[in-house]
Amino acid sequence: MAVEQPLATPAGDQSRIHDIGYRGYDGPRLGRGYARLSLYSQTLRGSYGLGRSVKSKVLPMLLFAVMCVPAAIMVAVAVATKAHDLPVSYTRYAIIMQAVISLYVASQAPQAVSRDLRFKTIPLYFSRPIETADYVQAKFAALASAMFILTGAPLLVLYLGALLAKMDFAHQSKGFGQGLVSVALLSLLFAGIGLVIASITPRRGFGIAAVIAVLIISYGAVSTLQAIADSRGSAGAVPWIGLFSPVTLIGGLSAGLLGGTNTFPGDGPSHAQGVVYLLVVLGVIAAAYGLLLRRYKKVGL
Amino acid sequence: MYDPTVARLTYRALLGRRRALILGILPLLLIVISVAVRALAGADDQTAADLLGGLGLATMVPIIGVIAGTGAIGPEIDDGSVVYLLSKPIKRPTIIFTKLIVAIAVTMVFSALPTLIAGFILNGNGQQIAVAYTVAALVASIAYAALFLLLGTVSRHAVVFGLVYALVWEALFGSLVPGARTLSVQQWSLAVAHKVTGGELVTSDVSLTTATVLLIAVTVLATWYAGQKLRSLTLAGEE
Repeated sequence: MAVEQPLATPAGDQSRIHDIGYRGYDGPRLGRGYARLSLYSQTLRGSYGLGRSVKSKVLPMLLFAVMCVPAAIMVAVAVATKAHDLPVSYTRYAIIMQAVISLYVASQAPQAVSRDLRFKTIPLYFSRPIETADYVQAKFAALASAMFILTGAPLLVLYLGALLAKMDFAHQSKGFGQGLVSVALLSLLFAGIGLVIASITPRRGFGIAAVIAVLIISYGAVSTLQAIADSRGSAGAVPWIGLFSPVTLIGGLSAGLLGGTNTFPGDGPSHAQGVVYLLVVLGVIAAAYGLLLRRYKKVGL
Repeated sequence: MYDPTVARLTYRALLGRRRALILGILPLLLIVISVAVRALAGADDQTAADLLGGLGLATMVPIIGVIAGTGAIGPEIDDGSVVYLLSKPIKRPTIIFTKLIVAIAVTMVFSALPTLIAGFILNGNGQQIAVAYTVAALVASIAYAALFLLLGTVSRHAVVFGLVYALVWEALFGSLVPGARTLSVQQWSLAVAHKVTGGELVTSDVSLTTATVLLIAVTVLATWYAGQKLRSLTLAGEE
């Protein structure tokens, strides 16, 4: 294709755009909603390593298996011994497996956002018709969905097993529903915290360590303080201490509002304290969303 | 065997800008909790041992070790800037050894020192608990730094695997399967601490001889193998 060489002209009204032969695009324009949906589905698939290398499938799949196997064993034992109820309640399961859930969110939250920061692909996203809010919503929703799959699947295994073992249908369904609500909130909470921390650092390794530190250390600190407060006769303080770590937030919420088993030492939170827990959880989720929006208003641009 | 320039660069990579602040938050939290516990419960030897053992040695030391050990070499390999270091006329084992010294120093400062302070706050070093756990943290720092530095040269997902070892193997399996405790840096360091202070509250499932031999073996082997890995390092693309 012959190209007209622009003449070396002095600045002025001489400038013009040359047609150098690129073909224009006249296909359908799928727009903002489609871009957002693609970003969501790609991030969700990426969270389980689908569409990525074999190496990056290992860890999420392994953690998924580790989440589901104990549930399957419990069901097998319950069926074999003809028990009338599951050994572990639906809302408690996620609290028992908190280390695995924390590891999953710590490994996948930086996966979702840190690489975009490190390879400076953020401006490329925003050169498409999506806005800051679309990017944040897509990433947040994708990670929360991935977490919901991780935490919901073992509950489904427990529920199906309980029905196969001919346990009381109404009782099991109620417990299953409560369990799903609690893991849905857990997914949103953990995804929000993980993404906020991961979006600060472009280094994946550092992001992982920071997320794990926040989740595990705060849980360790809070349960230690709770145990000490309980043994020292200030049992009234136990539920209020539980407000300071993500895992105990979900534990207290399920015990207070969703009729779950109490995972705190002592009596556990009352109904009114459960409402406080719910408000704090929703507040933290909203705060995480707000912080992400603020972060992506400026980052990389 | 020790190169001051490499050491300076590694210190800057680990502690430069805001990273020292983030590393400092964990020890600060331990001290804050100790103050709270002391105010809430008063001085109690059992509480002090539980807190220093459960939160300090079992959680904080491995996490600081992971950050310092993998952070000393991982990011450089990750972004490819390690080639500029490798192209200098410095022996690869020297690079590893220097980075190991730096990682050990950082882990010790950020884990053993706060353990000592927290121990004194909790019960004023009653029954030598503060000193015992400080010794354990010092010993564990060396082994963790060597182990996680090796992981940093082996895998791009070093941090995750390091955390899986520290949290799943040592904490979860260690509490369920007694046999797993024999292969746990935490128990080895507790054995040394037990010997040093001779207290009743600091105990280990591993005998001192086994612990010392394993500690030295792990540290030396990990450092040697990390040097070998660095000699034949290939820079691959992302994943």
